Formats: sequence, C-alpha cells, structure tokens
Amino acid sequence: MKAFTYERARTPAEAASAAAKDPTARFIAGGTNLLDLMKLEIETPRRLIDVNGLRLDKIEATKDGGLRIGALVRNTDLAADKRVRKDYGVLSRALLAGASGQLRNKATTAGNLLQRTRCPYFYDTNMPCNKRTPGAGCSAIGGFTRSHAVLGTSEACIATHPSDMAVAMRVLDASVETVKPDGVTRSIPIADFHRLPGNTPHVETALTPGELITAVTLPKPVGGMHAYHKVRDRASYAFALVSVATILHKDGSGRVALGGVAHKPWRVEAADSALPQGIKSVSELLLAGAKTTSQNAFKLTLAERALGAAMAQARS
Amino acid sequence: MADTEDLSLSRRDLMAAGAASAAIAGAPATASAATPDAPHLAQVTFKVNGQKRSLTLDTRTTLLDALREHLRLTGTKKGCDHGQCGACTVIVDGRRINSCLSLAVMHEGDEITTIEGLGAPDKLHPLQAAFIKHDGYQCGYCTPGQICSAKAVLDEIKAGVPSHVTADLTDALKVTAEELRERMSGNICRCGAYSNIVEAIGEVAGGLSKGEMA
Amino acid sequence: MKFDTPATTNPIDQLKVVGKPTDRIDGPLKTTGMAPYAYERHDALENVAYGYVLGSAIAKGSIKATDVSRAKAAPGVLTVVTAQTAGKLGKGDFNTAKLLGGPDIQHYHQAVAVVVAETFEQARAAAALIKVDYERAKGTFDLASAKDGAPPAGKDNPDTAVGDFDKAFADAPVKLDETYLTPDHAHAMMEPHATIAAWKGDKLTVWTANQMVAWSRGDVAKTLGIPKDNVRLVSPYIGGGFGGKLFIRADVILAALGAKAAGRPVKIALQRPLMFNNTTHRPATIQRIRIGATQDGKITAIGHESWSGDLPGGGPETATQQTRLLYAGANRMMKMKLAVLDLPEGNAMRAPGEAPGLMALEVAIDELAEKLGVDPIELRVLNDTQVDPEKPGRPFSQRKLIECLRTGADKFGWAKRSARPGQVRAGRWLVGMGVAAAFRNNLVMKSAARVRLEKTGRIVVETDMTDIGTGSYTIIAQTAAEMMGVPLHQVTVKLGDSSFPVSAGSGGQWGANSSTAGVYAACVKLREAVATKLGLDPAIAEFSDGRVKLGNQSLPLAQAAADAPIVAEDAMEYGDLTKTHQQSTFGGHFVEVGVDAATCEIRIRRMLAVCAAGRILNPKAARSQVIGAMTMGAGAALMEELVVDKRIGFFVNHDLAGYEVPVHADIPHQEVIFLDETDPMSSPMKAKGVGELGICGVGAAVANAIYNATGVRVREYPVTLDKLLKDMPVVA
Repeated sequence: MKAFTYERARTPAEAASAAAKDPTARFIAGGTNLLDLMKLEIETPRRLIDVNGLRLDKIEATKDGGLRIGALVRNTDLAADKRVRKDYGVLSRALLAGASGQLRNKATTAGNLLQRTRCPYFYDTNMPCNKRTPGAGCSAIGGFTRSHAVLGTSEACIATHPSDMAVAMRVLDASVETVKPDGVTRSIPIADFHRLPGNTPHVETALTPGELITAVTLPKPVGGMHAYHKVRDRASYAFALVSVATILHKDGSGRVALGGVAHKPWRVEAADSALPQGIKSVSELLLAGAKTTSQNAFKLTLAERALGAAMAQARS
Repeated sequence: MADTEDLSLSRRDLMAAGAASAAIAGAPATASAATPDAPHLAQVTFKVNGQKRSLTLDTRTTLLDALREHLRLTGTKKGCDHGQCGACTVIVDGRRINSCLSLAVMHEGDEITTIEGLGAPDKLHPLQAAFIKHDGYQCGYCTPGQICSAKAVLDEIKAGVPSHVTADLTDALKVTAEELRERMSGNICRCGAYSNIVEAIGEVAGGLSKGEMA
Repeated sequence: MKFDTPATTNPIDQLKVVGKPTDRIDGPLKTTGMAPYAYERHDALENVAYGYVLGSAIAKGSIKATDVSRAKAAPGVLTVVTAQTAGKLGKGDFNTAKLLGGPDIQHYHQAVAVVVAETFEQARAAAALIKVDYERAKGTFDLASAKDGAPPAGKDNPDTAVGDFDKAFADAPVKLDETYLTPDHAHAMMEPHATIAAWKGDKLTVWTANQMVAWSRGDVAKTLGIPKDNVRLVSPYIGGGFGGKLFIRADVILAALGAKAAGRPVKIALQRPLMFNNTTHRPATIQRIRIGATQDGKITAIGHESWSGDLPGGGPETATQQTRLLYAGANRMMKMKLAVLDLPEGNAMRAPGEAPGLMALEVAIDELAEKLGVDPIELRVLNDTQVDPEKPGRPFSQRKLIECLRTGADKFGWAKRSARPGQVRAGRWLVGMGVAAAFRNNLVMKSAARVRLEKTGRIVVETDMTDIGTGSYTIIAQTAAEMMGVPLHQVTVKLGDSSFPVSAGSGGQWGANSSTAGVYAACVKLREAVATKLGLDPAIAEFSDGRVKLGNQSLPLAQAAADAPIVAEDAMEYGDLTKTHQQSTFGGHFVEVGVDAATCEIRIRRMLAVCAAGRILNPKAARSQVIGAMTMGAGAALMEELVVDKRIGFFVNHDLAGYEVPVHADIPHQEVIFLDETDPMSSPMKAKGVGELGICGVGAAVANAIYNATGVRVREYPVTLDKLLKDMPVVA
C-alpha cells in the first residue's frame, strides 16, 4: 500500500472539488473494496478523502412517492429499512444475498455500485490486465473463465460486475445522484451508470473525475411480486455465478435483470416485454448475442433455469 | 454548530462538524511527507473495551493492526487481511465489522469491543463458556471472530435485521439454526467446528426455534 | 519403553479420566483470545521488525537481475534479503522446492525476497518497489497431458500385484472401468504460516506455527547451515495445519535471515494471496479404477491406477493406498505414476492418499452396486475382509467396517433410500442419500515425554507434541491424570517447544495415540520413582485420589516430592505389531443432499459418520475432529479446487474468495457415532486416530448422494452445478 494523506470532508461539493484537484485522490466510505485493492496496490491513491462525515446516511421519501437513499447508507440498514422491505423487496433480498454481515455493516450504497470486478487476473498484479494497465492485454481470455461474463464482453475484457445490489437497482430503475467538482448535480439512470468494457475496460462508470455519488433514488413502488435468486457454489459469502432480479405482476408482465453475466447488471427491454410469453422467450432475448467460453457456457443454461426459479419464487 | 436534533447523526458526524473550521478537516498530522513514499502519520483516539486509547499511526494502519501490533490486543486475528475470512471481526459502536478492511484513523471517537472485552479466562462471557462446552472451536484461530460475530448476530436478530434466509421480510425474526448459519457465514472455520458453534450460540440464545427457509 | 506385545490391562483401563468427554483445557485461553500464536509473542520479545515476502511473478525460469535499491531506500526499511545476499542455503529434508528462490525459479510465488522494515506498512510498501527481471522458461503444468509419459512413482511407492488382474478382469461377468479426477486442494488453515525469529549470538529461536517440532528444527538448521543445537523452535498454539504446517516454509527461513541481516528480531506472516502458490497443496489425481465381479457381487479383480504430478524430487499423491486393503478380491493390481510438473510443491494434506483415493474408489463401488442391482452397503459387506488381501496371513488388528455401515444405515434411515435415482422431491429440492466407507491406516510413531511431580502434588508434562486444534493438551492431561491418580486440574501440560523431549508430533492421525503413549511411558517411570521413594513396591502400588496405595498403606502422592520434585522421562517405541497386524481405522459416512431441480445448486441436508477407531480418549474432542474432517470432505466434494492456469503455470484462485471452502451455511448439524472398540495392538492406550478418518470417504458419500438425487453421475471433482446442468432434465 502506498503512503497517502488522510482527510475528512465536510460537504459533498467540497469533497468533489478536493478530489478533482488531485488525480491521485480517492474517496473512502466503507472501504471494504478500496482497502482490499490498496493492499495489493491495484489502487494506489496518495490522498484519501473520507466522506463518512457528509451526512448522506438517510433514507427519505421523495416527492413522487419514491425513496432517496443516501450514498452512505450502509447495506445492512438499506436491507433492513421497513419501506425497502415492504415496497422494494428485490433490493432487500439482493443486499442480503451479498457479502457477509460484517461487510454489509460497513459497505455503503454508493460504494457497492463502485465495486470493482473480482476477476482473479485483475487481482494478481503479475498478470497483464487492461483494467489495471490500459493496453496491457487481458489474461483472463484464454485462461480460467468460469466466473466471467458472457454478455457485452469485448476483446479487451470479459470481467463481470460483482454487485448484487446493483442488479436490483437496475430492475427498480434507480437513478444515481451525483455532485461534480463545480457543484453541479446530476442524476444518472442506473442503466447508463455502469459501462460495458469495450476498448476502455478501465472506465467502469459514467462518473467524471472528482464526481461524488450523493444518493440513489428509487421511483415510487411498482408493486408486484419481488424475487432475487442468486446462484453460487457455496451457500453464502460468495459472488454470484448468475443472479436474477425480478418483479412480476399478476397479469404476467414484469421486469427482469441478470447479475454475474456482464460488466454491468444486464437488462433487456424486449425481454421484459416477453415475460408474459414465458421463460424461453425471455431468456432468448436476454441472452441474445452471448459469447461464451467452454468454462462459462453453462451460464446460459443456468440463467434460463435461474430465471424460472426466480419467477417461481416471486409467485410463491 | 451541529444539528443535535437530527437523531440519525452519528457521534463522528458531530465531532467532525464541531472540529472542522476549514473546508476539509485534515486529521492532525504530526509529520509531513518529504518523499512520496514517506508515511503520513495521524492521531486517532477511540475507546477499546471501555478504555480510551490515543495512537499516532501511519495512515495505512488498519484497525486490525492497530489492535494487534500497537495495542497488543492479539485476540483479534489476521486470517486473510482482505475481508474473506472473518477472523478479524470486532464490534464497533455495536456493529460487527472486519477490522482488516477499516483504517484505524477512520475510527475517531468510536467504541470498539474485541474478544478481550467480552470476557477473560476467569470471567467468561456466556458465549465463550458455551463455545467451550460445545467444543465450538478447534485450533482457536477463528474463534475470537466467531464469538464477536455471534454476539452481534444475536443483537441483530433482536433488532429485527433480516437475513438471506429470513422467509418473510415483514415477519418477526426467530433464532433458528438456518438463521444462525447464514448470519455466521462471514466467519470461516477451516477446522470445521460449524455444527458445534451453532449449538453453542443457540444455547446462549435460549434455544433454537424451528424455522422454514426462504 | 518398547511396545512389542499386545497391551494387557493397565492403569489407563480404569477410565476415570481417559475416555471422558472433558471440555478441552485450552478452551478458556482460546475463546478469550489469550492463547498466543506465532506472530503474537509480544510477551516473549521486544523491538521486533516486520518482514514482507515478495513472491516470484513467473512459474519457471530464472532471475536475470534484481533491483532492490528503491526498496532499500524506502522509509523504515532495515534490510532486503534475496538469494544473492542470503549466503549459501541448504534445503531441508522435508522440502522439495527451495524456500528462497533465485536465480532459478521453481514455481509461481516462490519467495524471491524479503523486506524488513520498522513497520508492517513500510515493509509491504517497500516490497512492491523491488524490480525483478525474469527470464521465463517453458514449464509443464497440465497433469492430463503429462500423464502418459509419467514414470512409476518410485521405490517408496512400488506397484503391487496379486494373482492375475488382467485375466480375472477380462473374465469377470460384471465390469466397471471408470476414471475419476480430483483437483489440487489447499489446506487454507485460518492462521497463515507465521514466524518470529530472534538471534542471540549464533543461537536462533523461532516462534512459529508448526506441527512437527523436531523435524522442523532439523530442517531450519539444515537450511541455514547451522548446528541443530543452535536452534530452538517454539510452537505452542497453531491456527490449523492439516499437513500444511508439517514442514518449515519460507516464513521461518526468511524471518531468520532477515533477523540476522537486520540485527533485530523479525516477524513474518505469509500474506494470504501468496500462500496458495508459495506453500504446499494436495496434488490433483487422475484415477482409473477397474473392478470385476461375479453376478452375485463378489469382487474377483480390483485394479487402481493413479497419476499425479510434482516438482522434480517430489512424491506422488498415494491415492491407491486404501484399495490395497479395503476390499477382498483374489486378483489385484495397483499402480502409481508420477509426472514432473512445474506447479507449486505438492505435499501432505489431511489423509494424503486415502482422501482423494476414496473419493474415487467409493464412487466406483457405488457404480458397481448399481450395475449389480445390489445395495451399496450390502456390496461392501459381501466383499469385506478380515485379513490383508495382499498377505492373507496378516490379520487386521480390529476391523469393524460392517458394524459401522450397519449401525449407520440404521441411524440414518438408509432403508428409506430409493435405489432408483431421481425419485425423491421435497419442494424445489431433489433429495438423495449416499454412503461410503471410511478407511485410514493407523500409524504409530516413537514419542517421548517428561513428567514431573512437584512438591504441591501437581504433575507437569513436557513434550514437543503440538496441538493443532486436535485436543493434544487435553488428552495428554487426561493420560497423566489417569496414570498418576490425580484430578485433571492437577496436571499442567506444556507443548510445542524443542527444548522438550521429542514427540510424535501432529500428522497422519498418529498424534493422539502416539503422544499419549509416550506420556504413558514417562508416567510408568514416574510411578516407579514415586513408589520407590515412598517405600512401596512399584509393580503393585495403586495411584488414585492423589494418593499412592498398597494394601492398607495409603500415602499422599505429594509426599514423594516433599524434598524435591521427581522427574521422569521416557519414550514409547514400537516393535513388530504393525507388521504382524494390519492396523487401520474404519467408518461409514452417510450423507443426504438436496439438489435444486432448476439450478442444480447442491446443499447438504444431513451428515452422519460412524467410526471404529480404537479407544476414544476424549469423545468430545474426537467428535470435533470427525465433524471438522467431514466439513473439509464436503468442501472437497462440492467446491474446493485450485484452478491451474495451464498457460502460465499457477493456481489462479489464490485467495479465500477465489478458493472457496465451506461456510456455516453449507454445513448442517452433523452426527458422529463411535463404536465401542479398543485395539490392544496399537499401544497401551489401545487408541488409534480419527482426525483423518473423518475426511476419508465423505466426498464420495456426497457425490453418491448427488447421483441418488439426480441420476447424474459426475466423476470430476468438485461436483459443481455446471457439471450437472447439461444432463439434468428440466423439471417444472
């Protein structure tokens, strides 16, 4: 871990402006992924800006009947929030399927979105990786790829995004609120927040330098039956091989998103529309254009079956 | 002046707000960096097992290393240093965390409880006694983390925090074997004492309820 | 004392203390965090500097140049040691690869440098500043492709043959010929390999985490080129070993070298992401099993061939071991081949040989039972043998395999199992049951101890035996208490210090029986000395209730030490009983699994082990050993695999997120039953081992249960959902 200076920020705008002035600066909140990566020198900030004091830790009702979740709301608190449990069950379930109790107590809403991939080649600094060093090459391609992406991949990167929460946020049509160093705020639809790897897998989100997430907003509840089905080898404390977030309505309509299959939560509008036609049609549309390896091709079958399981679970 | 009417405001917020006069409140530095590799030192004061402790630390020092190497409280263990095993579990302001993934300087004003704060050989905490009775440990290395975690787990269930296996998110929670197993899953025991650990915790909880899985 | 005739009645048989499910005496220290592990000896020394190890970035080749200048100039750095600056190093008897690489590199993450600094943070940061210029060489990393040219495993592991296997197999009316794969496994003990080293002149003390104090003391001396007498090795508490701490690793040697160079004590814990490639692992196997049987299920031919790989000079995974002894059959053939692989060093992990061997053999038996249309338990019963099938004149000392299986079947509700797979459904789960035999040889090792009667009547036992979570402290205390006729709390046990008499150490499940037998021997001597001092005939004096009694005489034990403590030291050594009798431990594993009908996720619902392993010295501690081994076996069955990147030559998933071991949620309540057994051939304790028996067969029982649940047979471990999916019918 490289040496760094440590400071506590007071307001979001000031934090953003401080970070923008120093390209080696990083925000730290829960720290559960950042410190992990700093120990391996995958992240090497020379200035840490502690944003925990920014009072972004409330969950409030919005004017249009939704919820505004402060960036610093801990995963445990978000999952346990009565309104979330009642109206956004898929989110509560996704959070509870992730990590461990200890990690959820620290990890924040914004930090969860900003998690970096768990690709083992990304984690080993002896291995070339386009995320760590743009242009270095991808070691995963041709290597151990059982957990890697099957959708939206590129020649440069086949990593997945590891978050469960983000998959639920995607199916809930959340928006990410930010403040830029110049004080300008904006709202980024979750669909546009995470990027596909393309030729720039190191650019993982739509955030600009210094831009700070202040909240994630959920539209007003859409009702329906919620389910989050996470498939993994180990029964707990493991990243998803495939996960399914779904909201189903009595009339057969609904929404579905997949985790563990791409560089971002995977949702296809046409697949949502096909829900009344059944699992086969939905999965064909969701998985269209998939590119697999011999080790991760099972994810296509698994996704289809997990989709069926999640829908059964939602209806139960 | 801090907004004391806001009940959700943590004590750290109050301290930060009270202490900060500049836009960015830097932790008081006692040494500055001459070269890019020179360590940055900062002071931090927190309570460990009820006792106030002030330390001047390299900013890189984790809470885990502050406890083990600086305060010589070696009951908290380093198993992986990456949040993948749970051996470093301590309770901070009533919540269990992985102390390996938390910087010590980020705990200004916090109340930290470690295994040493729960009990001692001649004055065992009920969980410690139950772990001995049920042989809920073997090599002992994950044990302090398991016990700290178990204490927090029972508090979480009491507080109504749901888990992955909670069948109905809107129901009251029960202490079932399934709930304990899921909630304790962030504490790996390679010796494989799990079955006994769950029995030990169940006994301290006053017995296990029958439950259905989600 | 020599043990060369079967044990007769002795003071242990009183079972006043031995055999009781006593709470382990190290419990209060371990549950309160007060037991000091290797890296934590703030009590023992001050001014300790921190070492951080840099591992090789290549699997095979050499170092062209190393630039440590930036690391040396980094803040707080005291010294940097590499092979260039370390001086001449030897290699320990028990190590295959060198512990400090360079210029030659033998495997990925082989240590190439250690940085010593004032703080951990400084050492870690400086290690990242070392620039190593490597020259890669072509290596062999794939067992499957190296298999065909692999030579026999060597003279320590000769092929064995009885009768005419080829003919008998060809003639058999029912045949099974299948190949099974087991992957590389990591010990993944919770405490990383860790050491503090301190020099006083030319004398070195290492506080380390090590299962075998005497072996490792010798290897420290040999590696550093110093006399053994100049090394003290201290290892009283060990955070798990499972074979991974049988031998010294880089932490010991680099701490010693670093301490010498820095002129300060140095402590090193191997960082977790380094451990998987830097230390040892259980090697992968490819196993071909052929069994020929009559229509009614009598085995006429049994053949087991196993291929594994290791670095040059290494050894095989002896996966055919149990097949030589487990079932009858007149025609037998066992072969092991050993390929040279440039992967990290393969070595012992819990039940080496039998653990992966039974993962194959016991699935093969399940498959044969299905072919024959007989119950798998009945097939095992039908082919039981009470003698060594290779040497029929050599009986088993005890063999209660059938009773284990029958008892287990009864307790587990085996009769409810559907012989046809895929028939039982509970909600979303397809449910199945599986069984496997457990088998592990009983090994005995010379073991010494020193016992002292103090003026207070307290008994102090000293031996270099280790407690890796097994309960050594407790069963040794129980043994001494029984022998000397005192309550358990009157005994102090001191372990894990090379200044104590040399014990059997912890490995091969020999520790409990052998180390307590050594304590027994020393106590016999102490009883003689005490009785003589009290003027009583040592041959017939009774030791009980803190007193020594003979006829109507009864004297306090402490009286013998009124002037001065009495010390006795002895070792237990073994004669030919292990040659005249085959000594083994047996068990039956029963597992019920659920397999999600849609996603094929596999979850264990119930587990039972029935064990016959001689006298159980402490049923509470022994049960823990068995459930722990069952848990590790469940991991091997369902998730554990060090994944080899065959292009680069390393284990890719080298941390505890990537290498998944079971968590709480994977393991149901576990039942263990010990059959009442004493084995007078093993030692005066009449005990054997259970710590490895518990893992033997579990994996196969899980795999067989998955087959019973789904009808899909997977012969490549771990049995993960992706291997089931393609053959699983879509169930509504």
